[in-house]
Amino acid sequence: MKKSNSKKKKLTGQGAKTIEFKNHNDMPLCAVSLTDTLYNKTGSWRSIRPVVQKDKCISCLLCWKFCPEPCISMVDGKPVIDYDYCKGCAICIEVCPKGAIVSEDEKK
Amino acid sequence: MKIVITGNHTVSYGAKLSRAEVIAAYPITPQTEVVEKLSSMVADGQLKAKFIKVESEHSAMAACIGASAVGARSFTATSSQGLALMHEMLHWAANARLPVVMANVNRAMGPPWNVWSDQTDSLAQRDTGWLQFYCENNQEVLDTIIQAYKVCERVKLPGMVMLEAFILSHTSEPVEIPPQELVDRYLPAYNPEYKLDIKTPHTFGGLTGPGLYYELRYKIQSAMDEALDVIEDQDREFKKLFGRGYGLIEEYRTKGADRLLIVSGSISSTAKEAIDILRERGEKIGLIRIRVFRPFPKKHIKNAVKNVKRIGVIDRNISFGSEGIFYQEVKSALCNEKDSPAVYGYIAGLGGRDVIIDDFIKIADDIKETKSKQDIRWIGLKG
Repeated sequence: MKKSNSKKKKLTGQGAKTIEFKNHNDMPLCAVSLTDTLYNKTGSWRSIRPVVQKDKCISCLLCWKFCPEPCISMVDGKPVIDYDYCKGCAICIEVCPKGAIVSEDEKK
Repeated sequence: MKIVITGNHTVSYGAKLSRAEVIAAYPITPQTEVVEKLSSMVADGQLKAKFIKVESEHSAMAACIGASAVGARSFTATSSQGLALMHEMLHWAANARLPVVMANVNRAMGPPWNVWSDQTDSLAQRDTGWLQFYCENNQEVLDTIIQAYKVCERVKLPGMVMLEAFILSHTSEPVEIPPQELVDRYLPAYNPEYKLDIKTPHTFGGLTGPGLYYELRYKIQSAMDEALDVIEDQDREFKKLFGRGYGLIEEYRTKGADRLLIVSGSISSTAKEAIDILRERGEKIGLIRIRVFRPFPKKHIKNAVKNVKRIGVIDRNISFGSEGIFYQEVKSALCNEKDSPAVYGYIAGLGGRDVIIDDFIKIADDIKETKSKQDIRWIGLKG
């Protein structure tokens, strides 16, 4: 088997660009991302933006627990959303017992 | 060390000698003892592996896929309906290029319930991208599992090793169990180029558009082509170390033959007896046993039938609305050849019906006389 050249092309983190393959021999064997997963900023998929209203938050951690990605971290007892990766699924809005997370239209 | 064990326990020894690191399996007649033995080997500490109890065969294969993706050598065993339930995951393992190895005990598909020998279960999975090996006896089962890991990890495709229900699975035969050191020399630890690793996180199997998917499929077909050579190379290497080799196909008394029977699996032994009897009568007849079905050894079969006029292919399986599956493949391998022999198809032994020496002698006579090239014939059909 011809060894793929993908190792040479391995890109990580910032500065990575779309890689175009002209020859199948240059491709990896399977559909593996050649950049690391963090490079793939899925926040660009978002159509609505969940916004935390800290004054209403009771620090129950439900949003932190239910975020499927997970891109909510707790800072000083309050949720902080990582918009680089939040896809805007709105589960945090749904589970918040106090209505402390509201939905805003994502400005493109 | 030679011990007397059933085909099922032979499979367990094969996985143990191959140092499987993760085993996920669900019991099903007639494969159950494979799982029983492996779980006791793990519990006793004889085999250093993680044994995952799962709720279905679909989950068993899913667990093997996950394990293989992190770089663990993984193993499972199943049969018939269980294999059918794995179907979706079989595609996944192959398309993700994960060298999972499994044993499948060939058993008839229901309904009606029937736990006896029939190859339709595994042949129905022929398009999933798995290598397929059909074994004749228990020793071959053990050796093929070890070989399958070596080959599959080279070509990065999964492999299925077949043994037939009861005829092998529950029959005790003397089997040479090679020393672990020798197997270790043949089969080094699995160390894939790509694996799931939290230190360098990568996405596997993500959405891939028409621009790249097509090339990824081409790569699988190329790997299958390459596997033909790798299987032969590794079989030779195996023979050097262990003294036993099998090849892609086995040619039995084919020298000077103008007629051939083509068979697979355990009925091959019976067919060989029939060939011996016919040869004693002075008939120029030989036999080919197809051991490797995927990749299909077209070139080897073409070469083996060069001077042959008539061939009978005996299938313990059927593709309804078409014909026996080995019959289809043999015809397809020969169809563009000049002066290719006449090929006739026979269905026999479905659902564990015995196929006896007389049946093969009748088939040998039939291919000598028959004129029609098309119809498949059912051996021993009542009425």
